[in-house]
Amino acid sequence: MSAITCTGIFKSYGSTSVLNGLDLEVPDGAVVTVLGESGSGKTTLLRMIAGFDRPDAGTIVIDGQVADSGDRFVPPERRRIGYVAQEGNLFPHLTIAKNIGFGLPRRERGSGRVDELLELVGLAGMGKRYPHQLSGGQQQRVALARALAPRPSVVLLDEPFSSLDAGLRASLRFDVMRILRQQRATTVFVTHDQQEALSVADLAGIVHGGRIGQFASPETLYTRPADPAIARFLGEANIVLGTASVGAVETALGQLVLADGNSLPAGPAEVLIRPEQISLQPHDGRPCSPGQASGQVLHREYYGHDCVVLVGTGDDAHPLRVRCPGGSSVQAGDLVLISAAGDVLAWQAMANN
Amino acid sequence: MAGVEAPALYRPAGRPAGDAVWPAPLRKLLSRRGRRVPWLLASLTVLIVAGLLSPLALVVVQAVQAGWSQLWPVLGRAFVVTLLWNTVRLALLVTAACAVIGTGAAWLTERTTLPGRRVWTVLLIVPLVVPDFVLSWAWSSVFPSVQGYFGAALVMVLHLYPLVYLPMTAAFRAADPGQEEAARSLGLSRTAVWLRISVRQARAVLLGGCLLVCLSLVAYYGAFEDLHYQTFTTAIFGELQTQFNPAGASALSLVLVVLSVLVLGGETAFRERGRLQRPGSMAQRAQQPVPLSRRTRLPALAGIALLAGLALGFPVAIVCYWMAAGVSAALPAAVSLGSAVGSTALYSALGALASTLLALPVALLAARHQRRWSRAMERSTFITQAIPGVVIGLALVFLASRYLGFLYQSPELLVASYTMMFFPLGLVAVTASVLRASPRLEEAGRALGRGPWAVRLTVTLPLLAPGLAAAFCFVFLSAATELTATLLLVPTGVQTLATQFWAYAEQGVSFGAAAPYAAAMIVMSAVPAYLLGQFFDRRSGREAGGASVMEAIS
Repeated sequence: MSAITCTGIFKSYGSTSVLNGLDLEVPDGAVVTVLGESGSGKTTLLRMIAGFDRPDAGTIVIDGQVADSGDRFVPPERRRIGYVAQEGNLFPHLTIAKNIGFGLPRRERGSGRVDELLELVGLAGMGKRYPHQLSGGQQQRVALARALAPRPSVVLLDEPFSSLDAGLRASLRFDVMRILRQQRATTVFVTHDQQEALSVADLAGIVHGGRIGQFASPETLYTRPADPAIARFLGEANIVLGTASVGAVETALGQLVLADGNSLPAGPAEVLIRPEQISLQPHDGRPCSPGQASGQVLHREYYGHDCVVLVGTGDDAHPLRVRCPGGSSVQAGDLVLISAAGDVLAWQAMANN
Repeated sequence: MAGVEAPALYRPAGRPAGDAVWPAPLRKLLSRRGRRVPWLLASLTVLIVAGLLSPLALVVVQAVQAGWSQLWPVLGRAFVVTLLWNTVRLALLVTAACAVIGTGAAWLTERTTLPGRRVWTVLLIVPLVVPDFVLSWAWSSVFPSVQGYFGAALVMVLHLYPLVYLPMTAAFRAADPGQEEAARSLGLSRTAVWLRISVRQARAVLLGGCLLVCLSLVAYYGAFEDLHYQTFTTAIFGELQTQFNPAGASALSLVLVVLSVLVLGGETAFRERGRLQRPGSMAQRAQQPVPLSRRTRLPALAGIALLAGLALGFPVAIVCYWMAAGVSAALPAAVSLGSAVGSTALYSALGALASTLLALPVALLAARHQRRWSRAMERSTFITQAIPGVVIGLALVFLASRYLGFLYQSPELLVASYTMMFFPLGLVAVTASVLRASPRLEEAGRALGRGPWAVRLTVTLPLLAPGLAAAFCFVFLSAATELTATLLLVPTGVQTLATQFWAYAEQGVSFGAAAPYAAAMIVMSAVPAYLLGQFFDRRSGREAGGASVMEAIS
């Protein structure tokens, strides 16, 4: 049992409020990602779980034990956590082996546990080197091995891959997550990269306005975002205005069916249409049939397997993003007919929008 | 948020916990969990800063006690204007010359293909360990015409240019070649790049070096006495030793302090606000040295060799010459040489130890707890840089003779004067390594299960150790070659190398008798100087240390 429960966490620096009554519950053994923009308080949250910082108010429970509440505080060294920071924070005056062995009891340092971990992170035989002799990716592997060495029940990762280049990042992430799942450690992974957050998590939470905006499985977050802001944050999204009625919503792209369980009062609505739901046809000059709109291609980004096309529809501020097959021949300047398919999500439009 | 009934696994609990209903600032006040103020560090720092600034207060007290009637005869003379003029014109010439020579030499040995760059770098730094009064003695004992304004300027430039050369070397080494390449690609010539990028990048460092030159210059005594050039320090000694007027001396020394504080203030005002920022984890590419053409190589080499020869080769040769020439005259010296070495080493080591230990809390507070008042505290210790040794000496003599008689002419007082005088030097080295021992590393150690004191011992201390050792070396070599305050405070019956050398050299008794003391001083400070060079060399090499050296020096 090594679940983490944070309840009503408040934290402010000076007059800047960072966390504002945040609640988070991490189930035992799960990999949870916490996603948010820079400065949203993700790192602060992680540092408080680790015990490096203290919340102004709120309670943190790890493993069923109160780690931090108004009158009780368990220092970091007694929380049995592994912490991997963005910069790795290896001890520059110690060899790799000594770094990894740092958290082990004295008798275990020579017992082969260090070699085992070096092997695990793919750095066997490098124990005698110093941190500055390793590349960035290798340093992060050592930081992970060091954190895992004392067999922590909880592992906290603070953007551990963000200083690495894209290719290295993906492969190291794959390795690290494999290792963490092998160890069955409860993991909290903080990142601002939505792809990273969705791809590794059992559950993901989005920090917004000092609280967790939505906490759910990655599939749910992508297909059922709780509000338009989360929808925009997770992947490409077109938010168009429409009018809701029972089970459907009327938009410039015709009447679209609402997804199961999505009910909202009749009236103005904001509708989420993902780029892959929209298709384009050449405009042959005839007037649009119902369910179609006309537009002009503004720009085309080619990605090989597919391409993304920006289509202007008269509302210049919000051109539509459309995902087309890679072989599609649309060019900037083409006149096109636009139609949408599939179920959509909609929210009641806020008065100020 | 309405609308979608997302099948969330977890929904935030409706009501936050009880204590959360207060507005944020109030909650922070009510909570006992705000960030801790490091009371122990803060109060230690306040005590240390107060102690360091106390000589100023003492000198003021002494002057006030004496009263205007006693001070006016000293301050009202035209002589004071002469002293001011002498000090200012010398400071201007020497600082300008040191800036040009130090920067040029640093660039040649650091950024070009000059043959033997490593060796020259060492040879150009070593003159720091030749005390000013030994250098002036070496020149005047062979060329009696080296005296007055130009004689003093020559000796001071040769003695002080390493204060610009050393930090500029580090700055050129740490400079990002990417910026120079960017400037080249924007169409600037190599010379324009040098002026507008290379030197400009290092402007804060250059300014810091010039500041050190100025402050050291106005504080020296021995060399000016030797070269018959009147400055405030020689006049202060005159008041004390020939007029027997300590109040007059303290009045003159107040003028000297005002002058130094003006220099310090001027430097702060000119200092560039925005510092060079480079993304921390990005590795920096190695610099390509600028190739010297066949035509420029020879003059460059000759210039560097001449500088090293005049600043180092010449005084060393003269010391050796007088030692050889005056074997019989050196005989009386040989008797007391051993005890002088012993007392010099003892007092310098104690002063170095005290400065280093006192610098630690100040550096920790400033680096770890960056609040306005802790920065101000650290800044205020830099004012002590502007308190010349003669002022500290006077203040301590006054303190002991007036209030604490049992301390008069005691070794404790001499050690205290070294500690106060060289505290800023210790602080520079300690700060550099405190920046390296990041609190993030301590946190990493804590998360791995070691308690706060265990982490301090196994992580922080090993990271600080090189800096502490460097601080010790820095202060030790400065104290071992200190003359001004030592003359005022040396315990009765004790001779240090500096005072003994001075006794023989000043009275012109015997150049041969003085020479062994000079040799001993140079040898004694060469070892810590070498270690110090190693420290700064390594710091500026890898691990992004260059930036912190620049930070520490500027």
